[in-house]
Amino acid sequence: MSQTMDPNNMPFLSEASVSVEIETEDMTLNIGPQHPSTHGVLRLVAKVNGEKISSVEPVLGYMHRGYEKLAEVRTYPQVTTLVNRIDWVSGFANEIPFIAGAEKLMEIEVPERAQYIRLILTEMARISSHFVFNGAFPLEIGALTPIFLAMEDRERVLDLLESVTGGRFHPNFNRIGGVKPVAGAGPTTKKDIQDLPAGFYHDTKVAMEKVLKAVDTFEDLIGGNEVFQARTKKVGVLTKEVAEEYGVSGPILRASGVEFDLRKQSDYLPYDKFDFEIPIGENGDCFDRWSVRTSEMRESAKIILQAIEDMPSGPIQAKVPKVIKVPKGQTYVRAENPKGEMGYYIISEGGLGPYRLKIRTASFSNISILPIMLEGALLPDLIAIMGSLDFVLGDVDR
Amino acid sequence: MSFSSELLIKVLVVLATAPVMALGLTLLEVKGSAWMQRRPGPLHVGLRGFIFPLATAAKYFQKETIIPKDVDEPVFKWAPAWVIAAVVGLFTIIPLSPTLIVRDLELGVFFLLAISSISTIGVLTAGWSSANKFSLMGGLRAAGQLIAYELPLILSVVGVVIQAETMSTVGIVEKQIEFGFPFVIAGQGIAFIIFMIAATAEMMRTPFDMPIGESELTMGFMTEYSGIRFLIFYISEYINLFVMCAIASTLFLGGYHIPLLPTEWVNFYGPLVLIGKTFTLAFLLIAVRWSFPRFREDQLQTLAWKVLIPLSLLNIMVTAIMKVVF
Repeated sequence: MSQTMDPNNMPFLSEASVSVEIETEDMTLNIGPQHPSTHGVLRLVAKVNGEKISSVEPVLGYMHRGYEKLAEVRTYPQVTTLVNRIDWVSGFANEIPFIAGAEKLMEIEVPERAQYIRLILTEMARISSHFVFNGAFPLEIGALTPIFLAMEDRERVLDLLESVTGGRFHPNFNRIGGVKPVAGAGPTTKKDIQDLPAGFYHDTKVAMEKVLKAVDTFEDLIGGNEVFQARTKKVGVLTKEVAEEYGVSGPILRASGVEFDLRKQSDYLPYDKFDFEIPIGENGDCFDRWSVRTSEMRESAKIILQAIEDMPSGPIQAKVPKVIKVPKGQTYVRAENPKGEMGYYIISEGGLGPYRLKIRTASFSNISILPIMLEGALLPDLIAIMGSLDFVLGDVDR
Repeated sequence: MSFSSELLIKVLVVLATAPVMALGLTLLEVKGSAWMQRRPGPLHVGLRGFIFPLATAAKYFQKETIIPKDVDEPVFKWAPAWVIAAVVGLFTIIPLSPTLIVRDLELGVFFLLAISSISTIGVLTAGWSSANKFSLMGGLRAAGQLIAYELPLILSVVGVVIQAETMSTVGIVEKQIEFGFPFVIAGQGIAFIIFMIAATAEMMRTPFDMPIGESELTMGFMTEYSGIRFLIFYISEYINLFVMCAIASTLFLGGYHIPLLPTEWVNFYGPLVLIGKTFTLAFLLIAVRWSFPRFREDQLQTLAWKVLIPLSLLNIMVTAIMKVVF
């Protein structure tokens, strides 16, 4: 051990280093399928080194209900009951692209009033979905109060949805060529059907004012919270390029700075008649995803307030044959759902129901970035990132 | 009175007081949170929500105790005992008045800091013996957190000890009475804030509840516990809340004394004053709990080592210099 040191060539103390890194085996941590923060039955097989995640593999399929197959043995009007249940947090919005696809194949012109009613209810579904997000995301990060406030405010919107459609989660309200005449408040004669319940205008106005107020509260209570900012800013950054490569859509894509919103780019509902903005994020981190959704609630409330002001009069149902048969052909209609882009690829052979139905759901594509975003993240960040993606397992597995 | 009969009475009084205080704080927490969250339940159900804590306790009593197959059984079973022993032991040095105290130890503050760290053993063994990966991570997080926050807790108290020139809790209160102001105004304001933050972390309450972290670790080290053992963890959390707030009010807020009240009546109003101060402080922590998300593990450690410990060292230096100068 005798080693002579050249006194003229001594190493600097700052350059000396000792490597005491002990090789340890990664622990496999099974998160889910039953875990409070996986939004249902998502299973993540994570390899963790202490708190650090080295790799994550999502395991899907625990919620698979085979809706694509089931739709093949249903008639077109029956399919809406199925698609309601795909993303149950915003059931109404799921019906729109399917019905619009069938109408496109049948070349039916939907009356303007029906289009407006659809639009209002879709935006209400968006607001209620984002309310759930505004409750669940802070809850996963550890703040327990916002969920109670969010649920209470969401109830007002759900009450409105219920007053029109009769259902809070699964409205099943769209008909091919229009919407269902309203339940309750009954028609006096068969020709004079009532479409919206009495007092809808006033109730909506009040509720939307409350929503706008609630958004302000959330921006103050959640967004202004230092701990929330520390937990979400610069966490789970998703760059523009990666987001586009993986087919991410909806608020997550917009939070990464891509200005893509089908409400502006497509014409499945008359959004071009309204004045609203598309909130865009800058950094693509968890905080931006939260703030984009929260600002979206404000824009949706604005759209609804405009729509009830200039609601056109007229029929709510186009003339359709008694037995609905869709002519042979295929089409793909996509819509901007609260969670992102939802599309239905319908192949019709001219029968009573679709020959084949392919459903493109937002959450499925959105969680495909999980392995990339979670690599090297800490375990608490995993929860924050999953929460900020705001997926619903029914929307992933169908 | 003989020593043994005196000891027996004191033990019985402490054992009766501790759960009552825990129930009181549970009620305060439930009602406070319901009020903050606009939840009607705890404000109306069951005699306006007042029997809620009792109902919760009764629920855990009648629940089955499940012991999973792979756990290290003796360690698993004894872990809650460590935790509750540590927090109940702290009652020894809480002075309700100059004479109403289990034992006015000369090294009271030292005793406090020594005993309070025993609960770390309970938490760590609970996490380790549960044979559950989430519990293990929770236990390790808890150990790291408790070690990190023990330091600012001790260092913030050192300032008080220097100023009071004694370690006895009664002595510290008497010094504040003599001084005319509680220590929180007279020089130890920063120490009080550090103490409260560190105490919150010691109690593993939000925003420092990563060891439990329901949405991450599904209750952490408590995951596998059920029935009466879970209740013991639950109750010791609230007893700990009471004890820590009581100690904070003793060390910083003048304890059992309120200025202008006649000191010869202190045995009557002392307990009420101390409990009042304690519940006020506890309400502050409850309000914090229901308005903040939780920190991340590394942010927690950064806060302890880079902010709280240097600050409390600075506080000690300033206090010592002031002591020498004046």
